[in-house]
Amino acid sequence: MAERTNEEWLAGLRGPARDGALADLRAFLVRGLRYGLANRSDVDEANLEDFAQDALLKILDALDTFRGESKFTTWAQKIAIRVALTELRRKRWQDMSLDGIIDAQGLDFVPDMLVDTTAGPDQQAVQRQFLTTLRRLIATELTDKQRQALVAVRIHGMPLEEVARRMGSNRNAMYKLLHDARQRLKSKLEDEGLTAEEILAAFGPPA
Amino acid sequence: MKLNLDTILGKIRTLMGGGADPVDPAALKELARGMAHQIATTRPDEIGCDECFEQMDEFVEIKLAGKDPAAAMPLVQDHLDRCGNCREEFEALLAALQAMSQ
Repeated sequence: MAERTNEEWLAGLRGPARDGALADLRAFLVRGLRYGLANRSDVDEANLEDFAQDALLKILDALDTFRGESKFTTWAQKIAIRVALTELRRKRWQDMSLDGIIDAQGLDFVPDMLVDTTAGPDQQAVQRQFLTTLRRLIATELTDKQRQALVAVRIHGMPLEEVARRMGSNRNAMYKLLHDARQRLKSKLEDEGLTAEEILAAFGPPA
Repeated sequence: MKLNLDTILGKIRTLMGGGADPVDPAALKELARGMAHQIATTRPDEIGCDECFEQMDEFVEIKLAGKDPAAAMPLVQDHLDRCGNCREEFEALLAALQAMSQ
């Protein structure tokens, strides 16, 4: 593939004779996808071509939004990777409905089952206090939507994007929804005397 | 209906083809630890997935240049630490560009 500057890519893709630039970009995207998705068993060569084709259309649509803060090819590959992984997540989770996994007003758990009994007695006491308080706050302070999203993401490991799709929302809004939930829980925990520092000290860093 | 974590995790195992093994207590504790960490480290200035995506090309190039993108763009790093979807995309992009620059 001929090396092009960002300006040459943009001019090539916008110009009257853009076939050459399109073919080069498509080949670049397919190669990148092959490397980027190399460790996955759910991808074959035909998928790579399809992802690259879908990405090309998105890239052409979005040319005006390219701000030149990276190489054009980096920006384009970023779009292709997102197209591919979005589709792969959709396929992988397509048979799982939210109703099937969350038929709940809330999330209940037994705090004692979640306490790490290998921790010191003071740590265990804070863990128990945190979990008991958290259980109540999840039930009383979060919206139904926040609870559902929390269960789907944290407990079922469903990708944020797939939860969003099922809730008629998008991934960014879903992140914000859960961010709001975390902020609320953190602040309410603090109101009840559990500071972030104490919580972190009691649980230690995640594995 | 109330959901018990134990039942849920058992159900996930079955769905994932793991059979009806008893739930690993260590997994439950790790879940608690993860939740505690997520909540306690929540910051008011977190960026969302859209903003992270907008800046990801710049972020990955800093990394490819052997510099420290987390220092240059801490909010992007923070988002990648929290959001599995964005992290998965970043890692795939990094792998793709690293392989092609060889």
